Amino acid sequence: MNGTGNIVALKPFPDAARLELDDAQLRANLRRATHTIRDKRLRVVGEVDDWEALRRAGAAIKDDVLARLPELLEQFEASVTRAGAVVHWARDADEACEIVTRLVQETAAREVVKVKSMATQEIGLNEALEAVGIEATETDLAELIVQLADDTPSHILVPAIHYNRSQIRDIFRSRMPGAAADLTDDPPALAEAARKHLRAKFLSATVGVSGANFAIADTGTLVVVESEGNGRMCLTLPQTLISVVGIEKILPTFAELEVFLQLLPRSSTGERMNPYTSMWTGVTPGDGPQATHVVLIDNGRTATLGDEVGRQALRCIRCSACLNVCPVYERVGGHAYGSVYPGPIGAILSPQMTGEGANKTLPYASSLCGACFDACPVRIDIPQVLVHLRQKGPKPPAERAAFRSLAWIMRDRRRYAAALRAARRGSAPLRGFGRLRRLPWPASAWTDSRDVPLPPKQTFREWWAKR
Amino acid sequence: MSDARTEILARVRARRPASAPPVPRDYRRDVPGIDVVEVLVDRLADYKAGVHRASAVSLADVLGGLLTASSTVVVPPGLPASWIPGPVLRDSPGAPVPVAALDAPGVTVVTGVAVAIAVTGTLILDAAPDQGRRVLSLVPDHHVCVVWMDQICGGVPAALGRLTDPARPLTLISGPSATSDIELNRVEGVHGPRRLDVVIATR
Repeated sequence: MNGTGNIVALKPFPDAARLELDDAQLRANLRRATHTIRDKRLRVVGEVDDWEALRRAGAAIKDDVLARLPELLEQFEASVTRAGAVVHWARDADEACEIVTRLVQETAAREVVKVKSMATQEIGLNEALEAVGIEATETDLAELIVQLADDTPSHILVPAIHYNRSQIRDIFRSRMPGAAADLTDDPPALAEAARKHLRAKFLSATVGVSGANFAIADTGTLVVVESEGNGRMCLTLPQTLISVVGIEKILPTFAELEVFLQLLPRSSTGERMNPYTSMWTGVTPGDGPQATHVVLIDNGRTATLGDEVGRQALRCIRCSACLNVCPVYERVGGHAYGSVYPGPIGAILSPQMTGEGANKTLPYASSLCGACFDACPVRIDIPQVLVHLRQKGPKPPAERAAFRSLAWIMRDRRRYAAALRAARRGSAPLRGFGRLRRLPWPASAWTDSRDVPLPPKQTFREWWAKR
Repeated sequence: MSDARTEILARVRARRPASAPPVPRDYRRDVPGIDVVEVLVDRLADYKAGVHRASAVSLADVLGGLLTASSTVVVPPGLPASWIPGPVLRDSPGAPVPVAALDAPGVTVVTGVAVAIAVTGTLILDAAPDQGRRVLSLVPDHHVCVVWMDQICGGVPAALGRLTDPARPLTLISGPSATSDIELNRVEGVHGPRRLDVVIATR
């Protein structure tokens, strides 16, 4: 039961990355944005004396959730049902889309307003609704930009990170109904244009669709963390609210939020606290939606859960700190990863959730520098999982043969010394180059993306033997 | 084929780790050695919220000063009448204020608060009678929130621990509505109230 939907890359990472690397404007936009946000994060994380203790607690709470997941899911279902919500379960993207589509159709609504949600991006909900003639409007500013541009998100937190202000102005001018022809690229003016555009939709929509950052088992409470107030609009004004929630979003008790409401905002937007957090439990008479649904989705999460090393990826709270510090992400951007989960976390999450195809190239989309592990608020050892997934993956016969002979040479001290001597003699004519940048086929497969250092004049062992 | 619920739960049961180590709880439950009022004021100002001081006696005057430009003042059912001597539009379960009226130009809503968090500059509203429905502090363009000094906690754990019922609708507010979606520049004022004034009052 592998995951499906917008987490399956269509192209191998190296091919997709090469296209993105040709776009100098993209690289400039990304560099500026990721550096701004990583500096902000460092500043506000530095304010918290017990940050490491919070990280350790956050990781351990999530591990505890994974160990008790069946019981906690049943407890959440019972609590939220008691509070007046209806719970649905979906094995994959198609099943989740079918459920949501049916729920919307039962209300007879022709349009829905959406809170930014990775889960609904993952299952491709907008496309599924559109296919039956229901218009889904993204209300987060960045998601709206991406939707108007007919593009896909390129970052978990800031989906339009690949656009600069003048590109956004151009998108609004040409695609947003009612946008002023003389709209400037001043960020407050752009935000104001989005406010005007969406206001009428908020006030008239009868169905809201959301995800959830956390689902609390003991109370049945769902939590959405946001900035603009578009989330609050969608969670408060419609009569019907449908929330699509990954099964790993469970927290055992309400009190655990004391850890995650400290970890998440500082790690994601680099703020002490995000402007708005909404928490609701089923239905509250007279306040907010009077019909609430929760769609719990697997979509490859249980496949990930089965891997002892890789399951730590399910701790992820989608803060995106790992994207902002990643030297690979900074250069290729989110689209190269071919999944709604880009960057370091995407490189371990997408292949585990889907198993097959081009996603198998994603664990190689990393220099293993380790910055992502340091930034992760729930201590996911992303480099460890990357190496683990590379080891599990298939190897070309040439590579297997090369490493088998290397192993044979290195198993014996004399063979190893002789091989080094031979390599030095063989490379002597090239020594002036220092390192080789381009070799003929088949070694070009290696030098395409790496340099080959030449053997030194003397090895450490030889130097040591002479002393 | 079994139903989705049965199948997912069976898979989770088969694949979950056998156990997890205990959760280390050595993070701080409170923030020692800070003046919670000063820190809250600093954080709110950082979010570009207006911050004002009042006593129980001067509260009505301070609020009056903030409401001079308002076309309508909306209040939740349980907001003390003595706070605002002038005319108000009082929301109530029997006669809820329509959303269109809340959306009219120049509307100000005045609410109390359940708890405030100093180090994060956060107001927590829990829909108690002096705070009302969630929509009241959302649709009007101006929100005035009265915080009593003894409602201010140092950090997040202490504040969440003081909420009486987590199953009530909860809204955490940290400054006016904002976005950072355009080149990571913070812009205040998107869909929620564009102006937030906080009155910190001594009983």
